[in-house]
Amino acid sequence: MTARSMETGVSATGRAVAKTGVWARIWQQDGPGYLFLLPWLIGFFGLTVGPMITSLYLSFTNFDLLTTPDWVGAANYTRMFTNDPKFAAAMRVTFFFVIFSVPLKLAFALAVAMLLNRGLKGLPLYRAVFYLPSLLGGSVAIAILWRQLFAGDGLVNQFLANFGIIGPSWISNPNYSLWTLIILSVWQFGSPMIIFLAGLRQIPQDMYEAASLDGASKWRQFWKITLPLLTPVVFFNAIVQTIDAFKSFTPAFVISGGTGQPINSTLFYTLYLYQEAFGFFRMGYASALAWFLLLMIAAFTAFSFLTSKYWVHYDD
Amino acid sequence: MEDLNGRQDLRHTILTKASADPGKDRRPREETAMAASVELKKIVKAYGDLEVVHGVDLTIDPGEFVVFVGPSGCGKSTLLRMIAGLEPITGGELLIEGERMNEVPAAKRGIAMVFQSYALYPHMSVYQNLAFGLETARVPKAEIKQKVEKAAQILRIEPLLQRKPKQLSGGQRQRVAIGRAITREPRIFLFDEPLSNLDAELRVQMRVEIAKLHNDLGNTMIYVTHDQVEAMTMADKIVVLSAGNIEQAGAPLELYNKPANLFVAGFIGSPKMNFFKSSLEAADGRGAKLAVAGGSLALSRPVAAKAGDALTFGVRPEHIGIADGSGVPFAEVKVDLVENLGGQTLLYTTAPDGTGLTIVLEGQREIALGSAVIAHVDPAKCHVFDGEGRAV
Repeated sequence: MTARSMETGVSATGRAVAKTGVWARIWQQDGPGYLFLLPWLIGFFGLTVGPMITSLYLSFTNFDLLTTPDWVGAANYTRMFTNDPKFAAAMRVTFFFVIFSVPLKLAFALAVAMLLNRGLKGLPLYRAVFYLPSLLGGSVAIAILWRQLFAGDGLVNQFLANFGIIGPSWISNPNYSLWTLIILSVWQFGSPMIIFLAGLRQIPQDMYEAASLDGASKWRQFWKITLPLLTPVVFFNAIVQTIDAFKSFTPAFVISGGTGQPINSTLFYTLYLYQEAFGFFRMGYASALAWFLLLMIAAFTAFSFLTSKYWVHYDD
Repeated sequence: MEDLNGRQDLRHTILTKASADPGKDRRPREETAMAASVELKKIVKAYGDLEVVHGVDLTIDPGEFVVFVGPSGCGKSTLLRMIAGLEPITGGELLIEGERMNEVPAAKRGIAMVFQSYALYPHMSVYQNLAFGLETARVPKAEIKQKVEKAAQILRIEPLLQRKPKQLSGGQRQRVAIGRAITREPRIFLFDEPLSNLDAELRVQMRVEIAKLHNDLGNTMIYVTHDQVEAMTMADKIVVLSAGNIEQAGAPLELYNKPANLFVAGFIGSPKMNFFKSSLEAADGRGAKLAVAGGSLALSRPVAAKAGDALTFGVRPEHIGIADGSGVPFAEVKVDLVENLGGQTLLYTTAPDGTGLTIVLEGQREIALGSAVIAHVDPAKCHVFDGEGRAV
């Protein structure tokens, strides 16, 4: 072995030792931490990031589950806006649902929270009872129950019959079907109510006492003190509930039997996406729909944050 | 005698400021139409079966600055809140300007209150905070502007009007809270421990400002505090409360010089009064002789007790001397601790009977720890209390 090759050999070994040393150090420092994180990392990359990137790719293809996907460029996105009346219908229904269900649910949740905030005895019990629909509301069982309640011969109409009112079939009438789903959504007010209740508890009693000395009525106290001081909580609830409403699927699926009928009146965006993906196996188009939904939600959230400085009051 | 000196300094400051500014001379209280009298008749407050205020009687004259003072839980804030209308009155009668107020809503009693927490609306600017009450009362905008600016001028907060409370210091917030009360032009101002969130220096400054405000406005003011220095320096009348009862009400120096009972004697004055177990050796119509601190002490005033009665003897730390000529010899005491405050020296000593005795001496003193000194007292400034704690 020449001196030169010996030199090279030593230096390569040295680098290898140095490299091993770095990894060993990293492993010693952070290894156990990453080991504990591993189940979550596998889930995050395997079940969230991976499928997301795949679906982004698929949204530019005509993938149908059976054949290899072909690249179609922006054709899926072009079709959405130019050649798909059902997409437009789904957008209309979803926006109608979001615009009415979220404010109604928040208003109802706030009203109940304010009632519960008046120092009632047995508050934990009421809180649990009112929270229950939030736990059950999204389930298939409750959607089936809702379908029975609002059917033509359901409990609601039987009750109305006692007063001589012949109710329509709330679910199969396109004028009422979406409202039935909105009411079902409002009924699940427990989660925002609990958060409102926590927010109300944070408002110092002194504020109300000062306002009552100033002669402010309860109504004025609500508009001038409670609501402004609650805006951080309203903001949080509004974002969470709006995202939830955009993603709403189960009730519409169960009540309409997965069709979005009558006359597409319950064709929620996610239901339409489901139909395209698992009814017609147009996975490429469904992926494009999913990505557009994500963009809509992101745009709404960004807009909310940008405008929040004008109406959300943080104490510090 | 920080409390007494503080009061004199404060009055001096006010009068000096008033005479330096001829336009702002102290307004005679008789001219102040806004001031109102307050009368409490057998006022009771109970929460269920628990009675916390037990039949309080008190008369507050128009324009008077009255301080409710007492330890935590004595009922002083509850009493104030009942006057404000924030707590229902369980029993008795509250009269303002002779009119029964028990059922009158808080907003219609003609009062304004400054809270311990300031209770400023955090989402409103200082201007909006000051204007809130007037807007609620639908006062015309031009008038609101004028009143807000006037209050801001009085409290020197004009540059802060567009700021939010979170952008203000503690003292500025306190001023805004007082300004909010001023804009309402109330008949009575109520203050619920308004200075307790401020640091010591700012507290002294605000104390002076509130006292000056009282002299300028002339309104009736009721002020709650647990700080007896605040009470002594600000009040026309101090009401000492304990466990829901009034222990004594009177002018600050009256309470200091003639405490009605052991509680008031111990509460008013800092450091607090020294107490000794004592008994009456002999008494006649002109004087009395007490057995106290292992010796005996002759008082040149009568004591309403019988020979042999168990008594409590009290003497304020500032009324004890260690030099000949500073009174009659009281006891030889052992010096445990010396605190030199610069202007005063505090001695913590032990009397022959084992009772602790605090002595306040004027000036700076070099006294060795463990040394023995003869404590002298002025019999005319000593206090005697009977077995039930009443001054005799």
